[in-house]
Amino acid sequence: MIHASLPELRRALDARQISSVELATLFLDRIDALNPELNAFITVDRDGALAAARAADARIAADQAGALTGIPLAHKDVFCTEGVLTTCGSKMLANFVSPYDAHVVSLLKAAGVVSLGKANMDEFAMGSSNESSHYGAVRNPWKLDRVPGGSSGGSAAAVAARLAPIATGTDTGGSVRQPAAFCGITGIKPTYGLVSRYGMIAYASSLDQGGAFGASAEDCALLLSAMTGFDERDSTSLERPTEDYTAALAAPAAARPLEGLRIGLPREFFAEGMADDVRATVDAALEQYRTLGATTVEVSLPNAKLAIPAYYVIAPAECSSNLSRFDGVRYGHRAAEYGDLADMYAKSRAEGFGAEVKRRILIGTYVLSHGYYDAYYLQAQRLRRLIAQDFQAALQHCDVIAGPTTPTTAWALGEMADDPVQMYLSDIYTIAVNLAGLPGLSHPAGFGADGLPVGLQLIGDYFAEARLLGAAHRFQQATDWHARRPACAE
Amino acid sequence: MSLSNEQVGNIARLARIALSDTELDATRAKLNGIFDLIEQMQAVDTAGVEPMSHPQEFPTRLRPDVVTETDRRDAFQQVAPQTEAGLYLVPKVIE
Repeated sequence: MIHASLPELRRALDARQISSVELATLFLDRIDALNPELNAFITVDRDGALAAARAADARIAADQAGALTGIPLAHKDVFCTEGVLTTCGSKMLANFVSPYDAHVVSLLKAAGVVSLGKANMDEFAMGSSNESSHYGAVRNPWKLDRVPGGSSGGSAAAVAARLAPIATGTDTGGSVRQPAAFCGITGIKPTYGLVSRYGMIAYASSLDQGGAFGASAEDCALLLSAMTGFDERDSTSLERPTEDYTAALAAPAAARPLEGLRIGLPREFFAEGMADDVRATVDAALEQYRTLGATTVEVSLPNAKLAIPAYYVIAPAECSSNLSRFDGVRYGHRAAEYGDLADMYAKSRAEGFGAEVKRRILIGTYVLSHGYYDAYYLQAQRLRRLIAQDFQAALQHCDVIAGPTTPTTAWALGEMADDPVQMYLSDIYTIAVNLAGLPGLSHPAGFGADGLPVGLQLIGDYFAEARLLGAAHRFQQATDWHARRPACAE
Repeated sequence: MSLSNEQVGNIARLARIALSDTELDATRAKLNGIFDLIEQMQAVDTAGVEPMSHPQEFPTRLRPDVVTETDRRDAFQQVAPQTEAGLYLVPKVIE
């Protein structure tokens, strides 16, 4: 049952081969056994999970189960959960028991999903290794001395180690796709605006987007279908009908199921900077896509290399504004000793935020300050448009864009912890997608030289989630990379 | 580009983050490294390009000006560091 896909779990639950309470207990016991080592969860909510599982069992008994009723899940700790500690990986929110649910949490609760607890993450989703978490780094289930990626590292590690079958995440510059690649699972960041940001603690509002983790594209499709939908409480939520992303997976098997699919390979993604083992693995996966009927064509994203500098203006600018709400007045940490009000703000924020969060707030404050706004913020926004236009031009020649998710496999814990710029550069293939607001997916493509997973990224036009999931599903029907498991999940 | 300790101190003051003198040096070194990366942006001529503030460019939605939320003050104030009689308490600001 630990390794079962969501459709298999659905059948077992509906056939009463296992109850939701038994299933939740199975995963909770695995969390108890493995989490001390992996540190994938900040909070385990055994009582809440069992209560939700009992309710799910009642729905199943009444034949009122939906696709996800009774299925256990881990929520990234960026999502507010009523009555459950919601830390966002920060000391600032170490005592924040949320008084309300995020929209995504409400939707999944209503679907009968059983939340096992809150997954570890980089503080306020700022990081690519999960090492900026106030609650300690997460370990990569494939090799415990490696990072799981970030910022949704706990969610990805939990699914890879089968501490949960599926997990939610958020992706501002790669925070779903990169940890999915490092942990050997599938993760999708949908088009900006599809998943409501209500109750999702904000980092950079024009980039933040909720996403889904699973062992396969099929599991991701099931979860994503339940997470999307218009929400009037998010001013950027898109008013469009919800989609059943599993419909795209249902086409009958064929020898060349991807016949007609044109895959664009950006010249800039295959240039220098990609490790040899990643290149070889990605090339082999693309060959598999061609075997399945797809054709590949070279495309160009000439401004892609500017995505990182532009991102490190735009995201910090938005973060400095968003995180001004943490002032020690309405919620969160307040310093024990202070003088006047300004001193209370400054000390509470100095104590409550970690080093990386402070750096990004300071950068944002600077680039938005008088005299620098045009040179930094407006220039970054102009580059953002050029980058978005590059994607539109490339997508004239292809249906999806493919390349590596990351330039290397997971690096060693501590290796880049003191070198923020080096870590920023590791997001070279994912960040541009957020700037444009496009959907992106990462799926396992094979393994690198050190036995660590390599991810292949698929990027589509706006609202092409079904196409991305469909392509990845066909690949996974023909290969078993996504079914390989780390030793701790055996 | 190179920020001085004085500039970093000023940014930190604007951001309401207390920085000790020892933190100031380390922070300045890290920020300067990040700004070296950011400066790469200046190599591109973007004259005539409209800034893009958001991926979905649609007009802001309007809704009727009516109350839609219920009063949950007690629940929201439970997570506050210090409250009294429904008010948030902060150090005295008016002498």
